[in-house]
Amino acid sequence: MKTEQSFEKDLASIHQLMERSVKFISLSGISGILAGSYALMGAGAAYYITIYPGSFFDKHIFTVQELEAFTKLISIALVVLVASIATGLWVSARKAKRMGIEVWGAAGRHLLVNLSIPLASGGFFAILCAWQGHMEIVAASCLVFYGLALINASPNLFDEMRYLGISEITLGLVSIAVPGYSLLFWSLGFGVLHIVYGIALYKKYN
Amino acid sequence: MKTPFNNLDKVLEHRVRLQIVSVLAIHESYDFRTLKELLAITDGSLATHMKALERERYISTTKSFVDRKPNTRYRLVERGKTAFKKHLDAMAEVIRSQRR
Repeated sequence: MKTEQSFEKDLASIHQLMERSVKFISLSGISGILAGSYALMGAGAAYYITIYPGSFFDKHIFTVQELEAFTKLISIALVVLVASIATGLWVSARKAKRMGIEVWGAAGRHLLVNLSIPLASGGFFAILCAWQGHMEIVAASCLVFYGLALINASPNLFDEMRYLGISEITLGLVSIAVPGYSLLFWSLGFGVLHIVYGIALYKKYN
Repeated sequence: MKTPFNNLDKVLEHRVRLQIVSVLAIHESYDFRTLKELLAITDGSLATHMKALERERYISTTKSFVDRKPNTRYRLVERGKTAFKKHLDAMAEVIRSQRR
């Protein structure tokens, strides 16, 4: 007859399996730290294009007259985005290999779909805002939509990512309420928060 | 004598079958290949367990072709969900009764 220990082992095994079939556990805190660093470098470059020689913390409202600078800003943002995604994929693939699991199992595919729908909507939204001349809400809409994407995908991620999502949305809303500090809020959201959460995840799960 | 062991489901007492049913319990449906990778067992072993679950009418099977490769999807039906829940309750009951 089965013993109590054996039932507990059964329960532990199905708990782990259920989690593994839903959660994308190959995500590593290192991805967050690197993505945050890229974002801060990008923000530094953006600062030189726009506000310099003023202080990084100065109020600066982007206008349509700065269209040329704006194209440069979009390019910087795209480079940061592509570099972050590429790093994330590479680091996850390496971690998955080390753990002996497949990166693009069911959990990975769910994560991709759940992330990319709100993220792509946000991307188009931001580009259309810029195109219509509403430069002041571009950074905020990036933050808000990114936060929504994280919350939407949080069942497939570590639980902490839900709080990262809420923080990003809050920063985005504050950035609309206090105009003129887009770059500062963007750096906090995509740079500092990513690094902080990356370190926390790395400490907890690696 | 009535013991909590009586309520255990004979088919789900096997750990692999319990694992299969728990994965199906939290997903709409699940395919053979991904299930095999998740459980890290062989084709033959998984097929045998799926047959056993099918025989109990705990799961439904849909066969189709994706890129000309056979793709079998499984779904936990009401009867299977009830059995799974009853089995979990019985396991919890056993653990509780032995702790006393």
